[in-house]
Amino acid sequence: MNALSFIPLLLALVVSPLLPGIINRTKAVFAGRRGQPLLQTYFDLWKLLHKGAVYSRTTTWLFRAGPMLGLAAVLMAVTLVPLGNFPALIAFPADFFLFACLLGLMRFFTVLAALDTGSSFEGMGASREVFFSALAEPALLVALATLARQAQSLSLSTIFSRVSGGHWLQAGPVLVLVLIALVVVLLAENSRIPVDDPNTHLELTMIHEVMVLDHGGPDFAFILYGAALKLWVLAALVVGMVVPDTGTLWLNLILSVSGMFAVAVIVGVVESVMARLRLLIVPQLLVGAGALAAMAFLLGLNK
Amino acid sequence: MTLLLFAMAVLLLGAVGVLLLGGLRRNGVSFVAAASVVVAAVLGLIPAIQVLAGGETLQLRCPWPVPFGEFFIQLDPLSAWFLLPVLLLSALCAIYGVGYLHSQAGKRPLGPLWFFYCLLVLGMTLVLLARNAVLFLSAWELMAVSSFFLVTFEHERESVRSAGWIYLVATHLGTGFLLVFFILMGRETGSMDFTVWAEKGIHTPELAGILFLLAVVGFGTKAGFMPFHVWLPEAHPAAPSHVSALMSGAMIKLGIYGLMRSLTFLGAPSIWWGWLLLCIGLASGVLGIIFALAQHDLKRLLAYSSVENIGLITAGLGLGLLGVSYNQPLIAILGFGGALLHVLNHSLFKGLLFLAAGSVAHATGTRDTNRLGGLLKKMPWTGVLFLIGAVAICGLPPLNGFISELVLAGASLKAVIATPMEMAMAGLLALVGIGLIGGLAAVTFAKAFGTVFLGEPRQPLDSTPHEVGIAMKAPMLLLAAGCVGIAFGAAWLPDWIVPIASRLGGLEPEKISAMVQTPALVLAIVSICGLALVILFVVIALVRRGLLSGRTVGAADTWGCGYARPTARIQYTASSFVQPVTTLFRWLLGAHRQLQRPEGFFPTKASLTTETPDLTHEELYRPGFLKMNWGIAKLRWMQQGHVQLYVLYIAVTLIVLLAWKFR
Repeated sequence: MNALSFIPLLLALVVSPLLPGIINRTKAVFAGRRGQPLLQTYFDLWKLLHKGAVYSRTTTWLFRAGPMLGLAAVLMAVTLVPLGNFPALIAFPADFFLFACLLGLMRFFTVLAALDTGSSFEGMGASREVFFSALAEPALLVALATLARQAQSLSLSTIFSRVSGGHWLQAGPVLVLVLIALVVVLLAENSRIPVDDPNTHLELTMIHEVMVLDHGGPDFAFILYGAALKLWVLAALVVGMVVPDTGTLWLNLILSVSGMFAVAVIVGVVESVMARLRLLIVPQLLVGAGALAAMAFLLGLNK
Repeated sequence: MTLLLFAMAVLLLGAVGVLLLGGLRRNGVSFVAAASVVVAAVLGLIPAIQVLAGGETLQLRCPWPVPFGEFFIQLDPLSAWFLLPVLLLSALCAIYGVGYLHSQAGKRPLGPLWFFYCLLVLGMTLVLLARNAVLFLSAWELMAVSSFFLVTFEHERESVRSAGWIYLVATHLGTGFLLVFFILMGRETGSMDFTVWAEKGIHTPELAGILFLLAVVGFGTKAGFMPFHVWLPEAHPAAPSHVSALMSGAMIKLGIYGLMRSLTFLGAPSIWWGWLLLCIGLASGVLGIIFALAQHDLKRLLAYSSVENIGLITAGLGLGLLGVSYNQPLIAILGFGGALLHVLNHSLFKGLLFLAAGSVAHATGTRDTNRLGGLLKKMPWTGVLFLIGAVAICGLPPLNGFISELVLAGASLKAVIATPMEMAMAGLLALVGIGLIGGLAAVTFAKAFGTVFLGEPRQPLDSTPHEVGIAMKAPMLLLAAGCVGIAFGAAWLPDWIVPIASRLGGLEPEKISAMVQTPALVLAIVSICGLALVILFVVIALVRRGLLSGRTVGAADTWGCGYARPTARIQYTASSFVQPVTTLFRWLLGAHRQLQRPEGFFPTKASLTTETPDLTHEELYRPGFLKMNWGIAKLRWMQQGHVQLYVLYIAVTLIVLLAWKFR
């Protein structure tokens, strides 16, 4: 742990709500609209934090605890993820297993809070969420394990500092496959197209958004902020693989942050050029991502 | 050792005392039995903890007038480690049983139940201590038979009788394999003494392989490896809940103990042993959890989830053996250590979940998850305790299930970056298994907790649910405290586990102690992260409270997306919650569906029922046993019912045997 490792944490806390704004702006540009302000998520958070709340009579304390536990879990996860070449605040061997499990904890309580409302729509979303993430989790673990074997280290910070330009020249195909798998996991875990459509109008077709229908006020602010942070940490995995070490602190910082924005732009482009997959096909996509990651592992086995 | 002998004597006294009291004072019976089990547990836990904390191995030899038998008992760290969950859970389940059986007291005699409960605890303790093959098998049988009588407690129900029957057949088929195992071991080494077996070892790889397979089948039947697990989902729901908790939390672990103990007899492991155990473990884990999530009966769901957890333990054992075979000591230690730790953890949270499920059944009169709902309001304590168990069993931070899954994942990750490619493949396989099992466990327990405790009741119940009494609450509280305690005290665990694990792998403890410093540090960091998580939660909760104070916090109905008259029947049910997953795996589950579609313009009746019977039971055992029945029926002409004829059979057999002997 050194002073530099506070940089990824602080950046995540402050800049992460910008990512949804960038995605939406990209989509607006594609559609020829002006689109909402880049800082819209900040405005939403500010507004929600100043509201009261309305709770369903069906719900219990669990409904109120869900968003708080989810935010706590993702905040903990933020401390484990490096940004580009800046090491994470907490780094130890097998830290990415804790990372994956923290995201699991966040999801588990979001799902339970959704079930607490007794609404069939939220039950539907919860059911899909646990199903898809059960398939996405092995893909994430295999992708990270492949990187671990390439870098001969089990800690995210060391892995990303070792996977650099030279590595891409040596083991390009392996890293490309891992990158594709990670991007698919990123899209699935953050409920983006092609897995879930955050802009749909029909509750029946939603996954994540429908689970949080009943939350409002500060609780919903926690959920929005947690979702932005989750997008940030998963994007940081992708960026960590790609961004090279320039040797200069400021250049590294600029490269990493612009890498994060680039990931947001890519997500926006994906959302603009393709439609959401049918729910029955999503498992194939996720298993496919896992298979790609496993193939990458086999390709890079003689490390 | 004296304390242990005292403990066993107390159990025996309790058993006899209960039988004597059984007819007289009905509610007193429970107290006497529970008291004797608790006293015995306390007496037994003291030496177990002493041995684990580095004390010397205790032993006692007495002559026992049985052919090849000797009353030879010994308490070494491996036995002591398994004795912890056995005694702890026995005592807590006994206390729970007092409250659980209270309502039954007037209706049926409780004496026999408690008699067999004491004998089961005695049998389990003796299995762990026995160092003579004959003594071990006797204790093993004592355990099997007494648990059979416990399973068939409510014997007036047809389903309970058939479950008991399946259990009895399965456990004795397993014992059959063990008998062959012990006889072969005895013939090879010329002794029935476990210590001799461990010293001599088996030096022909073929024989060692056969012995290993016998041990895997024999002990695997008790532990519940797929496909020998078939008795678990039948017997656990049939038994009274405190008995199912004890059987699932402690008794099936003795199968794992037996396997570990046999590994110390067999000398250096071949490579295929590790692969076999890894594959069995992952198959049991993944299939177990897939079958678990398809179940509607809460206790049947938990029984399948035990198969899953035994699978994780076995996968850790397999990784450990592979680590030994490929000369990777750290992987061996992490694999064995993860398996050992998960044994203790699983006994805590599975015990807790079974007891909580028992409370639900006790309060509502049903275990059908499709009927229940909203119990968190009626039974706040049971609800929170079930939630703690559920978070722990899904391997989510910060509870103890996560700690053991982290150690297992650490073993697989170490394997992933190890040089031998085979090791890396094994590591990847294990990692995929752990990831998939973790994800599906989250589905299963989100369903179990979500549909039983959250939302509104899905169907009207026969009785009004109420919170359970203190006798049932206290044991659950202690088990939950154990789950939390292990999670935050994880840094101290290596001191106890590493010596056992290194002995299992035949490694030198001095070399190991330097190697395990990093894993021990990781455990400490993870505990601190868990603490940080709790602190973060508290801070966020305070912030939220500050924000909401002074503002309007209203109450309304759940948003029905515009539908104004929602009812409880609209809610997602347990079956609909897992429907996407069961559809994905329908080729495997083979669920029976009976669908009556709504017909006509004003449909009145429509129904859908699904049931997921056990695949191996339907496809493997039932046809197999039917064939066997058919074969045996051919011999029925020999059964004429005349005593003279049977005497003749005996005489003929004896003569043939004599002729064969003097040939």
